[in-house]
Amino acid sequence: MPRKDPVTGKLKWYKSEGAVAVYSALISILIGMAVGAVIVIIVGLSKSNISSSGIVEGIKLVFLGVFSTGRDSAGQLVFGFNGVNMGNMLFRAVPLIMTGLSVAIAFKTGLFNIGAAGQYLMGTMGTLSVGLWLGWTGCPKAIAWLCAFLVGVLLGALWGAIPGIFKAFLNINEVITCIMTNWIAANLVTWWFDAHEMFKNSAEGGKVGYIIPLKNVGVVTPKLLMDKLFAGSQANGGFWIAVLIAIAMWIMMTKTTFGYELRACGANRHAAKYAGINDKKNIILSMAIAGALAAAGASLYFLSGNTEFYWSTYQKLPAEGFNGIPVALLAANHPIGVIFSGIFMSMLNISGIQLKYLTAYNEYIADIIIAVIVYLSAFSMLIKMMLSKRIKHDHGNVNAEPAVSAAPADDAEAPAEIVKKETKKGGQK
Amino acid sequence: MVFLLQQMMLYAVPLMIVALAGVCAERSGVINLALEGIMIFGAFMGVVFVRMFQDGGWQQSQGQIIMILSLILSGICGILFSMLLAFSAINLKADQTIGGTALNMLAPAIVMFFIYMIVQQNTMGMSQGGAAGWFMIKPQTFGYPKGYSFGPIGDFFLNKVYLTSYICILIFVLVSVFLYKTKTGMRLRSCGENPQAADSLGINVYKMRYLGVGLSGFLAGVGGFTFAMTTANMTSNGDVAGYGFLALAVMIFGNWTPLNIAGGSILFGLFKCIAATYSTLDINGDGVFLLNELGVSPYVYRMLPYIITLIVLAFTSKSSRVPKAEGIPYDKGQR
Repeated sequence: MPRKDPVTGKLKWYKSEGAVAVYSALISILIGMAVGAVIVIIVGLSKSNISSSGIVEGIKLVFLGVFSTGRDSAGQLVFGFNGVNMGNMLFRAVPLIMTGLSVAIAFKTGLFNIGAAGQYLMGTMGTLSVGLWLGWTGCPKAIAWLCAFLVGVLLGALWGAIPGIFKAFLNINEVITCIMTNWIAANLVTWWFDAHEMFKNSAEGGKVGYIIPLKNVGVVTPKLLMDKLFAGSQANGGFWIAVLIAIAMWIMMTKTTFGYELRACGANRHAAKYAGINDKKNIILSMAIAGALAAAGASLYFLSGNTEFYWSTYQKLPAEGFNGIPVALLAANHPIGVIFSGIFMSMLNISGIQLKYLTAYNEYIADIIIAVIVYLSAFSMLIKMMLSKRIKHDHGNVNAEPAVSAAPADDAEAPAEIVKKETKKGGQK
Repeated sequence: MVFLLQQMMLYAVPLMIVALAGVCAERSGVINLALEGIMIFGAFMGVVFVRMFQDGGWQQSQGQIIMILSLILSGICGILFSMLLAFSAINLKADQTIGGTALNMLAPAIVMFFIYMIVQQNTMGMSQGGAAGWFMIKPQTFGYPKGYSFGPIGDFFLNKVYLTSYICILIFVLVSVFLYKTKTGMRLRSCGENPQAADSLGINVYKMRYLGVGLSGFLAGVGGFTFAMTTANMTSNGDVAGYGFLALAVMIFGNWTPLNIAGGSILFGLFKCIAATYSTLDINGDGVFLLNELGVSPYVYRMLPYIITLIVLAFTSKSSRVPKAEGIPYDKGQR
């Protein structure tokens, strides 16, 4: 790493590890969007029904979709502040931020939580059932809201703890147990709603297979200024709650003993155990927290009231669960960074929808961009190394540490970059 | 009974092919989480090739040739797609789980994008006819009249089966022989156990890992095509119902050895088949639908394969034979 400030002993902010992480994330984003633009161009050239102006419009929407305000009377795309798009972006960012946090916290403990989809579904089940049930019994709306939220979160935590237990006591790779619990959850949730006719929305025609939205019983998240800022959009106070939870997670991970123990387990489980940390307890707790966070995403999403849940999910897992992975990776597993990467991913989704309605392209271009970003973040280490070499070179630091090699051989599961980072931090303490 | 066994094969065959694909990669030391993505891609390309043959004027009587050609071509597309994983995992030494996840996200995105671009809807099927009409082996294929019976054993092998069942057996034999009886196969396995030692004996670890991932990509592509043909009526919609992940589970279940994997996938196929057909399943032919009369929810049957995997993993975790160097990027400088 670059030379430290001789006075304060700290790295200059623009050369610090965090800053390099931000640069590498920005580079990944730029490359991802460039790939999206290239696909738009290639497809546009090969399809006869897309003109060259159509290609330009496609590229504009890929980059600036969220600022699109539709087409004017002359048929040209108009850009400007679009309150509805902005608000919907923040609204859709809520589950992404929460599942992103879920993946990030597990990552910090050296676990790969790809079970967020199942945890999300369990949260959905708990929140919708309790919310509707308490709404019908006529209990105060605030208490019903709180109970619905907490039950959802609790179910998610329990569900997340299962892979944790398998990992802690039997040392079974959490990836495989997460995949299994995902599909079990998908069947379980479908079974639950299939068996309870009262939750099904049969009042409105054309809504076959949906659960009654929570707005029907009035158990909804208050708007908390969001309706003033972004009139006409779906945004509500859930966004502020998500931001608060992210900050709380950052404090937990960096400022408390518990967070330190979690990170120590992530850096090297065996070393942590040797240092007297209960690694089994920490692994289970970390997965339970991850599950709770993913489920909280579902709770906040469905407590907005307008969102409707299609209950027959046993053949398809919710995309929100997997989209938490790119959100966490893009933010380099930093809880505060997750807020921004969550908003960014949601912006890409909005751009995709604009593409679908305004051009001959479709919304899947946004998914391609996200996938490319994940692929690049897989070797973000390389980008980071190149960047820090660059900075070193610029400042002529000859005392630079040699680049740390990949993961230590005895700890296959811990992502290499975390190991590298954490051992250094541990050393400073 | 013949019906049940044949249904079971429909589910077991793609699982077995893809689980064997997983073995090829993992035995060389690369975790291939991207099986699902490669399957999705292979299935899509398979449908594209079948459409191309059909549009190119090939006839229904040439069904088996179209099938074999498309199968090989989708396997080759699988290799190309898996090279993305190989490049990030082997050359760039990136985290293999994340690379695999990226491909799992990339495949449905690309496939859905192009399906919408080609047919303007979310499912793409054959240009004409269906999979059963074009590719299924029936008595008519051999010149017998419709409804002709070869007897119970003959029916199982020759009536209403797909050629892919036999290709699957061939793949099983070839992979087993390759991994255990050939020089290259043994070298490949050594790279998954102790790449440093392998390298010191003059084996090119990078090359072996590329070979493993490439083979894995080929087989996963073939598996995706098989899935599309046998269970999805030759359609592609950017989804293979979690088969890639299930194949991973079968692979771990089968302890990374081909024979156990064959057994595991047949067991899984049986459960999948029961879940799909339990309400009309007449096991001993007495007209009683036993499983339906038990009154157990269908969701229990659907959950069973996953629950059983968890239980088996819990009991066999101690004797698990994970390739030791799996998931660790090979670094020449490391001791």
